[in-house]
Amino acid sequence: MNHLRALEAHSVFILREAYSRIGRLGLLWSIGKDSTVLLWLAKKAFFGHCPFPFIHVDTSYKIPEMIGFRDEVVGRLGLELIVHQNKKALLEGMGPEKGRLVCCKALKTEALNDMTKTYGFDGLIVGVRRDEEGSRSKERVFSVRNVRDEWDYVNQAPELWGQFKTEFPKGHHVRVHPLLQWSEIDIWRYIEAEDIPVIDLYFSKNGERYRSLGCAPCTAKIKSEAKTVSDIIAELEKTNVSERAGRAQDQEDAYAMQKLRKDGYM
Amino acid sequence: MGENEGKLKLVFTGHVDHGKSTVIGRLLFDTGSLPQGAIDKIKAVTLEKGKAFEFAYLLDAFEEERTQGITIDTTQLAFKTKKRDYVIIDAPGHVEFLKNMISGAADAEAAFLVVDAQRGLEEQSRRHAHMLSILGVRQTGLIVNKMDLVGFKEKVFGDITREAWGFFDSLGLAKGPSIPLAALPGDNVVKRSDNFSWYNGPSLIEALDDLRISPREEKDLRLPIQDVYKFDDRRILAGRIESGRLRVGDEVTISPGGKRTLVASLPAWLDRDVKDEVGRGESVGLIVKDEFFNRRGDVVSHVGRAPEVADSFLASIFWLGKTPLNQNARYRLKLGASETEARVNEIVHLIDSTSLAPRPAQGEIKQNEVAVVALRLKKAIPVDLFSKHTATGRFVLLDGYDVSGGGIVTQIHSRADIRHGFVFGELKARCEVFEEYYYSLGDMAVNKVDRQTLSYTVGDPVPLSGLSYKYPDYFDIVIFRDQMVVQIRAAKVDSLKPLAEYDYQGLPLVNGRGFGLLVQSPDDWDRAKGDFLAQTPETEPTVAKRWLDFNAYRRIPMGWSDFVI
Repeated sequence: MNHLRALEAHSVFILREAYSRIGRLGLLWSIGKDSTVLLWLAKKAFFGHCPFPFIHVDTSYKIPEMIGFRDEVVGRLGLELIVHQNKKALLEGMGPEKGRLVCCKALKTEALNDMTKTYGFDGLIVGVRRDEEGSRSKERVFSVRNVRDEWDYVNQAPELWGQFKTEFPKGHHVRVHPLLQWSEIDIWRYIEAEDIPVIDLYFSKNGERYRSLGCAPCTAKIKSEAKTVSDIIAELEKTNVSERAGRAQDQEDAYAMQKLRKDGYM
Repeated sequence: MGENEGKLKLVFTGHVDHGKSTVIGRLLFDTGSLPQGAIDKIKAVTLEKGKAFEFAYLLDAFEEERTQGITIDTTQLAFKTKKRDYVIIDAPGHVEFLKNMISGAADAEAAFLVVDAQRGLEEQSRRHAHMLSILGVRQTGLIVNKMDLVGFKEKVFGDITREAWGFFDSLGLAKGPSIPLAALPGDNVVKRSDNFSWYNGPSLIEALDDLRISPREEKDLRLPIQDVYKFDDRRILAGRIESGRLRVGDEVTISPGGKRTLVASLPAWLDRDVKDEVGRGESVGLIVKDEFFNRRGDVVSHVGRAPEVADSFLASIFWLGKTPLNQNARYRLKLGASETEARVNEIVHLIDSTSLAPRPAQGEIKQNEVAVVALRLKKAIPVDLFSKHTATGRFVLLDGYDVSGGGIVTQIHSRADIRHGFVFGELKARCEVFEEYYYSLGDMAVNKVDRQTLSYTVGDPVPLSGLSYKYPDYFDIVIFRDQMVVQIRAAKVDSLKPLAEYDYQGLPLVNGRGFGLLVQSPDDWDRAKGDFLAQTPETEPTVAKRWLDFNAYRRIPMGWSDFVI
């Protein structure tokens, strides 16, 4: 088995464990490349079915094309989609000008935590990867959040031999990370091998493209001539710049992501 | 996984402060494996604090790790050389975070033990090596770090290597490369350093590229069923192939039930993924010809090559829970996709991780201790010896919600042993002590009640009274046929030992059929033993009349059949 097939098989194993062991389960779909690969893997794991809903936490600041792509895929694959917003914060005028981390916390973390409670999810499947940034590199595949959605990162449960944390008190929930061991370039090589449709924003227009997708005001394009998936792979093989360099919230503080994620950020 | 099957997973372990994170940070930095962003961020953090560039910060991402200068949790980072791709796993060295070290190391195919040249092997160095042997990491090497602080002396390196290899030998760990280096200045990490004029071996990176991981020699099919899907008109068994291969048309056994069927097809979502044959590591779906009741935890294997089905086994375990493991308490056990309740019947002994010497247990296993235990499960599950099949030979134990320990199966008391009344490891003894007999009015003969015989192992409670017998709470069962003695204490099996190792303790004696022995003194015992061991079919009635008391613990009720008594 080659490297991509090994990654695929392991992720399918994780998805099946989650579906078998966790009560109410949902998949967080951010419309980006990683969670789109996750969607594909779910179809493989469950033989063309998706036995849980897909969830989009919509900050209302997303790049507009993302919403169009979202609705097109949902229609084409017949997915059950939950869209959730922190309406109260939006009505009160929340936006990045109030401070990037404040905004992320309100429109992403709080919206996500509120959604989890509203729909009573016991588990959320999330497409984070270890190579994205430091606090994610320390994650477990099954990572519990307490009743206040907090991540007790200095006291994580042991995880070994494919035995995951599937037992936790009522009111806690678990984040399931099937892509944890994938790298950015693995994702693109898999997209190429499987011919998975991804949103156009990743491909170069007028010498620029998005490498990581987020909210329009806080996500910068990179200079790139990569117009196809194989161009992107070639570009990544040479680059020496972090994937999330264009994500403004990461740069606010050396431990920005650790702090956001402690409170329940994905 | 072999070389063509993805990246080589490599863990760095060792005592706290011996420099694991620094070795890895230096390796990543010198090979240009880090994005510029990551390096800039660390420069900013270290400059803020007025410190020099910290290679360890590349892995120690948490604020708590950097301010305290220790690794708290394990990290995995990708890294590549010209020759191949690696996943490097950093594991904490502090004893408090042993559970995190295990989470990291359990994933690894190869491991390096990092030892500080100034301090030599310390407690966690040995403990980590011990854990690697239990986790079954197959390729292990040594790094003697901080050689710059001992003047790059050959003797220091030689002494530490000898001591480490001695310890590896007692653990049965493979001895791979041993490399002297200085991670902070970068000697021998990527390039061989002139500071080691006496050393002709490889640099760390050359040693990594030379590692050979041969595939595990596990040819038998093991496919634990994760789930059974019925999303449409198909009924699909889903699972991951842990070893062996599976083809459409194969005749398979499904354990623990043992029913046989044929593989009808291996379905997939996309037509291009539909296969006739699948192998190790693949997550598959399986449609079988006969639809039995299957469920999670069943194991698919080939006929004649099935795992054992057992409810008791011996295991080496490590305990990670803050609350000690308590003998006789109940824990959830997860082995492959099987899950059941387990009780520790006996803690055979603890193993001191620094000396590897066995020492007696006082009814509990404390955090970070290793022990050999006899486990009793609530139900029989498919299980293999860890030495034969990794995935179905290892398990975790849950205390409440948390994985609190793990272990490997070293001896199985399988159902095939049930005809033996008592089983403990290799020791077996036949016994009818707890069988029920009745005088059959129809047959005019004494009959045994026909039922499935149970077997007992050390720690099991035994049924001291039945319809046709009643024994005291403390007594010894002497089984002359098998030359074994079973000691019952407080209504439990306390030990099983060869007759030659038994000393008469003045407690009531019972033979293997439940008859009392007319023994009142050590002198009686010596004579009775002599008579029984010397008896022939001709002398048997005389010996029985001299030493056996049928009425001591048994009476024979009358009845017509098994159902009537």
